[in-house]
Amino acid sequence: MIVAEQKPIKQIYEIIKPYKKVLILGCGTCVTVCSAGGEKEVATLASALAIMSKELGEKGEFLQQTIERQCDREFIEPTLPAANSCDAVLSLACGAGVQLVSDMTTVPVVPGLNTKFMGITQEQGVWTENCRGCGDCVLHLTAGICPVSRCSKSLTNGPCGGYNKDGKCEADREMDCGWILIYNRLKERGMLDNLRKIMEPKNWSLASVGKPKKVIREDLRIEPEKIK
Amino acid sequence: MSLLEESLKQNKFVVTGEVGPPKGINIAPILEEAKHCLKGRVVAVNVTDNQSSVMRIGSLVICQKLLEIGVEPVFQMTCRDRNRLALQSDLLSAAVSGIENVLCLTGDHIILGDHPQAKPVFDLDSVTLLKTVSTLQSGKDLSGSNLDGTPKFFRGAVVAPAAVPLEPQIIKMESKIEAGAQFFQTQAVFDAKTFESFVKQTEKFKVPVLLGIILLKSAAMAKFMNENVAGVSVPDSLIKEMAETKKEERQKKSVEIASRLIRQMKPLCQGIHLMPLGWGHLVPELLTAANL
Repeated sequence: MIVAEQKPIKQIYEIIKPYKKVLILGCGTCVTVCSAGGEKEVATLASALAIMSKELGEKGEFLQQTIERQCDREFIEPTLPAANSCDAVLSLACGAGVQLVSDMTTVPVVPGLNTKFMGITQEQGVWTENCRGCGDCVLHLTAGICPVSRCSKSLTNGPCGGYNKDGKCEADREMDCGWILIYNRLKERGMLDNLRKIMEPKNWSLASVGKPKKVIREDLRIEPEKIK
Repeated sequence: MSLLEESLKQNKFVVTGEVGPPKGINIAPILEEAKHCLKGRVVAVNVTDNQSSVMRIGSLVICQKLLEIGVEPVFQMTCRDRNRLALQSDLLSAAVSGIENVLCLTGDHIILGDHPQAKPVFDLDSVTLLKTVSTLQSGKDLSGSNLDGTPKFFRGAVVAPAAVPLEPQIIKMESKIEAGAQFFQTQAVFDAKTFESFVKQTEKFKVPVLLGIILLKSAAMAKFMNENVAGVSVPDSLIKEMAETKKEERQKKSVEIASRLIRQMKPLCQGIHLMPLGWGHLVPELLTAANL
């Protein structure tokens, strides 16, 4: 899932200050699971902003709505009349959702979250990054542990000299060295030879750095000429 | 051929030193240190590359300055601050400047230095950087384009003999050799038994290893390294020795410990890499004490 965190309330208030009537728009998918921008968080944020507004003698009006996903046009469509009747939309989606809603509305759309990473629920209340969308997955070689996201240097040819004897990384003594995790699991599975295969310099042009990436499935497209 | 390469080929026991470029443009002290403490005493001098992820003068230009005063440099290159374009470009620049030794490292993480907000690069890693040097030497760059004029380097890499677990270090050492490493300089070692065990597992590679020696400055420094520097382990006995030494006697004690370590481990390696960390003035005394 996409893991996000709510911006500090003071920052959110500063962002929406120019607008009187604001639709707080939640997203029912990833950010609901990581408790950052679902229905519950929309309600809590609406109350908090209303209280702040009242205390400051301003007359902010906060509408609430949560849709299934903000990264699909079909889910945003029905909410457009409400959105366009406001002065702004405060989107509690990831950055991708904020942008799509912004493309579709006539009013400004502002972010209420900071998008952090693609990750997993490690335990209740703890999420960790497990994929960087590098576009060239090597998990079959690394015992299912991603060196790009879990090595703090995204190294692809084994650990640097920066692991401590407790298996923690020099960059963060609380964090496991990704390559020691890979080494241990490969060893357990009798696959240590994988570590001896030199990986070529990574093709970063496939990764989510540089120009924005696009996936096209011609077999699924209905009106290909519309998506450019 | 560099003097370092030639000496190792002739099976001479070699000593390399190290200088760290300063922050700012006053290079007089570093050149003084190289000239008076290292020149003539060591075969080559490593120049660190933004060591500890702290921004300083570049390694390349200090290498050139060393050449000007007749000191052979080892150009240290990390993958932290430059992508493959910049690394290859700097390698060509180094070759043009007459730099013949290059040491390829991953580099410390940016978060440990003085610009922790910076974007870490790590486009290549130490293995693919070594391969890059070998590729340039074959007359091509990483994109497969032909070079007009081909560089030649004596290619070095690093390994940490005291790392726990050691096996991943050894496997990576093999990869580095496959990628073109011709010599190794090690992370600092403070225990002969640890080094002996490392040598037993790696002597079959037949690649010269220069043992890393750091001058211990105090018990506090030793404890700090044990807690904060991965792959370094100072035994309690040495910490005790330093702790029991009066402040004014510490330099003498430091030389005594380092020369003892060198004498113990000399039969196990092909040379020594000295990292005096600011105590360069002690190098001549240390080498005399170690019979080098």
